[in-house]
Amino acid sequence: MPAEALEDMAEFIVENLKGSVLGSHFERDELVITAKSESIEKTLQFLRDNPECGFRVLIDICASDYPDRPDRFEIIYNLLSLRQNDRVRVKISVEEDQIVPSVVKLYSAACWFEREVWDMYGIPFSGNPDLRRILTDYGFEGHPQRKDFPLTGYVELRYDNEYKRVAYEPVQLTQDFRRFDFVSPWESVTDVQLPGDEKAAIPPHGWSSMADSVSEAGRGSAENDNRDEMPVDAQEEDTKNAS
Amino acid sequence: MPLRKKVDTPDIAIQEETQIKPYTMNFGPQHPAAHGVLRLVLEMEGEIVERADPHIGLLHRGTEKLIEYKTYTQALPYFDRLDYVAPMNQEHAFALATENLLGITVPPRGQYIRVLFCELGRILNHILNITTFALDVGALTPALWGFEEREKGMEFYERVCGARLHANYFRTGGVAQDMPAGLAEDMYEWCEELPKFLQDLESLLTNNRIFKQRTVDIGIVSAEEAQDWGFSGPMLRGSGIVWDLRKSQPYEVYEKMDFDIPIGKTGDCYARYLVRMAEMYESIKIMKQAIEQMPEGYVKSNDYKVSPPPRAEMKNSMEALIHHFKLFTEGYHVPAGETYAAVEAPKGEFGVYLVSDGSNKPYRCRIRAPGFAHLQALDFMSKGHQLADTVSIIGSLDIVFGEIDR
Repeated sequence: MPAEALEDMAEFIVENLKGSVLGSHFERDELVITAKSESIEKTLQFLRDNPECGFRVLIDICASDYPDRPDRFEIIYNLLSLRQNDRVRVKISVEEDQIVPSVVKLYSAACWFEREVWDMYGIPFSGNPDLRRILTDYGFEGHPQRKDFPLTGYVELRYDNEYKRVAYEPVQLTQDFRRFDFVSPWESVTDVQLPGDEKAAIPPHGWSSMADSVSEAGRGSAENDNRDEMPVDAQEEDTKNAS
Repeated sequence: MPLRKKVDTPDIAIQEETQIKPYTMNFGPQHPAAHGVLRLVLEMEGEIVERADPHIGLLHRGTEKLIEYKTYTQALPYFDRLDYVAPMNQEHAFALATENLLGITVPPRGQYIRVLFCELGRILNHILNITTFALDVGALTPALWGFEEREKGMEFYERVCGARLHANYFRTGGVAQDMPAGLAEDMYEWCEELPKFLQDLESLLTNNRIFKQRTVDIGIVSAEEAQDWGFSGPMLRGSGIVWDLRKSQPYEVYEKMDFDIPIGKTGDCYARYLVRMAEMYESIKIMKQAIEQMPEGYVKSNDYKVSPPPRAEMKNSMEALIHHFKLFTEGYHVPAGETYAAVEAPKGEFGVYLVSDGSNKPYRCRIRAPGFAHLQALDFMSKGHQLADTVSIIGSLDIVFGEIDR
């Protein structure tokens, strides 16, 4: 359950920022606010300056790529209030090639974070005084964190003894890049009791209960104590692999 | 009689005032005071730094991208390689994020072991930072003394997980294995002896005239500025803000620990040094409490879909064998969702923003490194200072390029 104060704050923020905030929800007790991309400055200004909020520390700006969505990228502003001891994540969705207003004027720390987002995802920020690449090499092409950028990249680097400098070459893999599909075709039939498969019940609580049955059989087990502290987690959906 | 014969010097009339043009100077990427692969492009007005432009990324390995292609188990060792001075603290953030998504809890003994080794990591980090900082400003002895003590701490790392640096010890749901017999006693003994060493270290630095000349009033950051630049950890506390995630947003068993948060008053390099020094004494306190209070029991979650089975059980149980195989090939599937988990790493707030799509690999794993925000502020901190002061400021920032470049 999210803290009550945080719930009140979520209401307060949404109420005061009608028109620039789309809504708020809790993600595992963490407050997430979705805002309109064009009014991100206004939103953050309010969150920073309003004494009820006081989110004065910009912890992080990062992006995430969802190629299937119409608004491809999501930018996440992670704020911290030292006074209220609360965190909030502000999210905006942006299309490819959409220009996002920079928040450097509000938070000095935003400069490098925005540079990194530009470098990794190719999202331009208007108003950032220093929008150069930051982590990739000088003269690098492409935006490596996009989902359509291959993990191996396009070029590889070696020292060319003839020219006495490093040289870029197209990447050559001796073995094709392998990506295994772990989505099992059996995942979907977990609820079905297959005929002839009604064998011994799967241990419900994890290893200790299994250790019990082992020790009962006279084989002995070293780890039987303190079982009552073991978390009992919901594992309904997990029963399929066990048998 | 004068010792030196008077020589008639010809009058050199200074015709015009010599103009020193502002010039650009390259510092690094291979420089002993750059703490790794920092390349600084400095615009100098004589000896005064006008603008410092750090060029980073020389150690960029694409950790965040790589993690998207690895299972959760395989992703964990990457965190050792971020801030390689205190590896376990990084693993901790990722483990907490994954546990949060999975909704599992760590058994008490596991939590105590985590706290114990996090604090050990903090001491190791601060010893390295303070001694190399002293080295940067001209004192060699602290480094010689400190590294000997640090090596003893690394031995504890080695005894618990088999590796001095790249531990891979904190796993989702707990820690990899229990501490070997006798380790807790030896660590307690070390904790008893360490204050003696710290006092020796302090006697070399705290009232040292040269050290103070190089650090007092250098790189002053006010409390306002520290917040504006996204500082955390000792950098924030050095500016007088009482903020520590272990107290304000406690995780694991930090609530039960009795310790204080040291803060600095002046916000300069010297204050940050004092904060780190005082933090080590607090860490020793926490380590002792953790060893004293540590209960018996399991060290990792008993959830058999996340934790691998005990070795003995695998010899007897087919179930256990299958689970072991599945866990180390396919890994575990994490329910869809997102979370942000932060820990008070030695350098500041180290956070992991984890997005899962329900598969066995993270969809997005954002690593928030404290050093990244700190290094960004180097420009404003060193403006108007001399070049040699920039070196002190870099030393007091406590930067490690593994985590900044990722």
